[in-house]
Amino acid sequence: MKFNLSGKLLASSACVLLALSAPVLGVAGDTIKFGVAGPHSGDLASYGLPSINAAKIVIDKVNANGGINGKMVEMLVEDDVCKPEISTNTATKLVSDGVEVVLGHICSGATIAAMPIYKDSGVLVMSPSATSDALTLSGDYPNFFRTIAPNAAQSPAMVDFAINKLGLTKIAVIHDKGDYGKPLAEGAKAYIEKTGKGEVVLFEGITPGAMDYSAIVQKIKKSGADVVVFGGYHPEASKIVTIMKKKRLKTKFVSDDGVKDDTFIKVAGKAAEGVYAAGPQDNSSNPLALEAQEAHKAAFGSDPGAFYEGAYAATIVMLNAIEKAGSTKLADLKKVLQTEKVATPVGSINFDENGDAIGIGFSMYVVADGAYVVVK
Amino acid sequence: MEYFIELLFSGLTRGSIYALIALGYTMVYGIIGLINFAHGEIYMIGAFTAFIVATVLSIYGFPLLAIVIIAGVSAVVWASSYGYTIEKIAYKPLRHAPRLSPLISAIGMSIFLQNYVLLAQTSDFLPFPTLIPDLDFIEPIAHIVGTTDLVILITTIVVMVLLTLVIKFTKIGKAMRATAQDRTMATLVGINVNNVISATFIVGSSLAAIGGLLIASHIGQINFYIGFIAGIKAFTAAVLGGIGSIPGAVLGSLVLGLTESFATGYVSSDYEDVFAFTLLVLILIFKPSGLLGKATNQKV
Repeated sequence: MKFNLSGKLLASSACVLLALSAPVLGVAGDTIKFGVAGPHSGDLASYGLPSINAAKIVIDKVNANGGINGKMVEMLVEDDVCKPEISTNTATKLVSDGVEVVLGHICSGATIAAMPIYKDSGVLVMSPSATSDALTLSGDYPNFFRTIAPNAAQSPAMVDFAINKLGLTKIAVIHDKGDYGKPLAEGAKAYIEKTGKGEVVLFEGITPGAMDYSAIVQKIKKSGADVVVFGGYHPEASKIVTIMKKKRLKTKFVSDDGVKDDTFIKVAGKAAEGVYAAGPQDNSSNPLALEAQEAHKAAFGSDPGAFYEGAYAATIVMLNAIEKAGSTKLADLKKVLQTEKVATPVGSINFDENGDAIGIGFSMYVVADGAYVVVK
Repeated sequence: MEYFIELLFSGLTRGSIYALIALGYTMVYGIIGLINFAHGEIYMIGAFTAFIVATVLSIYGFPLLAIVIIAGVSAVVWASSYGYTIEKIAYKPLRHAPRLSPLISAIGMSIFLQNYVLLAQTSDFLPFPTLIPDLDFIEPIAHIVGTTDLVILITTIVVMVLLTLVIKFTKIGKAMRATAQDRTMATLVGINVNNVISATFIVGSSLAAIGGLLIASHIGQINFYIGFIAGIKAFTAAVLGGIGSIPGAVLGSLVLGLTESFATGYVSSDYEDVFAFTLLVLILIFKPSGLLGKATNQKV
């Protein structure tokens, strides 16, 4: 092929290159770029959409009061559909758009996949929902923080509830083979064996998205379990409890915060009655939590969804850190986060050296009359 | 022993679910040699149509039997029109193209339909109404096999028998067999090949729609993505049983369902897919055309 490097070709390619590089030049320093990443479409969208609302309410309030140190806060929203292979693209896009802090991601698997990209760029990441222990306890992610307790706190809470509160000792531990459910289930199994007060009669992983779970339910029945401790998300949980009801099983179902979602109750219907799920600590007595809920009702006309309070708290905490530190450098922000206690809807919190929030935990909830209520 | 029976019925239910969808795959492949990857989405559209119709009718207080029949008919009509249109848009123009082109077109159609339903409806999981009530006389064995399991099983058997009779003993069945054997010759003999192919797609889509209604009643929830998983499993089942053969599709589906069920029950649920696909590979190594497939030799 004859390549004629005429002046016209050279000029036009130079123009194209210049145009493509323009977004990267950016207007650095004019606004504080606040990234929000999570599932905003797909079957787990109900986990990610409330966080956008939370960030929007807080950021609008902050901007109305003059912004942070004179700069307005700009929200950049990207969808990762809770899939690790998509979240890397999401993170790359946010980083190349110049984000300085990120609220997200929502699912543990997607968060773990995206973290190296944020780490390399020194971007602070705070999640309201990713509970995988590795994110804070492995030490691999010094730029990660979260406003929800890790799985290491969740599985003991679930197991203690099943054994001590419900008095059931034969436990079938089921997980969905994913980065969220499997470590949680393994933690639960280890905890049960450590306390010696319960017996793990079954430990199995199911394939998420399968059409029929009756075989595993029959296996649960054969194992003689009184209770199923489940690690995974609500689509699989609703299918399993529906089949358990169909096969007339009386086994109780204790699951994680991935199931504490109104979509679970809506889809499983009557089969959801009596299902237990762990969830972020009950904050109904916290005035800031009530204020945040009212703000959501006023702005969007409905009650907030999953992880709203955690996302609201994370946004407040991160913007406060930027204001107090006077910069968006990771080291400065970390110092503020670790030393200063900030009043938020999830309590008055600061963070430990791993990135976990101090002062929050898990509560157990039960589905009664079509809604989740906290178990006292 | 009871555990074995429970797993057996679990596998048979699963197998019948795959069979209702695998029949559509196998029929289309038999006629035009194309794996219709969009077939799973036809199943999903059938389920959504039944959902919408059933929800609307139950608000107006129709009796359950009327709801089931009207929802079923609407799902069949809607899904068949989708099947007919897809064939005309995505596959007919590529009938004389190399084998790969209609395959890619099918995959593209599948993605298009998934996202179309996602945008037109919602990404949420929707609760499907229980259209098949629990019959009282099943109650004593309900913990082994429920009403919906039996309904799906019986429907699959009835459908398979009906289809085989139609293909063997009716004129349109003969036309289908002729078109499957040699399309050019069939045209020369005076068979309207376009109509035969459209009829095949319509029949296949109707089965998928009925499957959509029954399976969604059984599982209790639908979502825009269910066609994808169903499609993969049903396609595997059809290949296992011999793609192009109707009894093969049903046999392959039952074998697949039973393998998965027993693998979960006696070994571990972690490896259920491993067992299923290892079985597929082994069968294809020793019998490349599948369990009941006929090895077709290309005669010059």
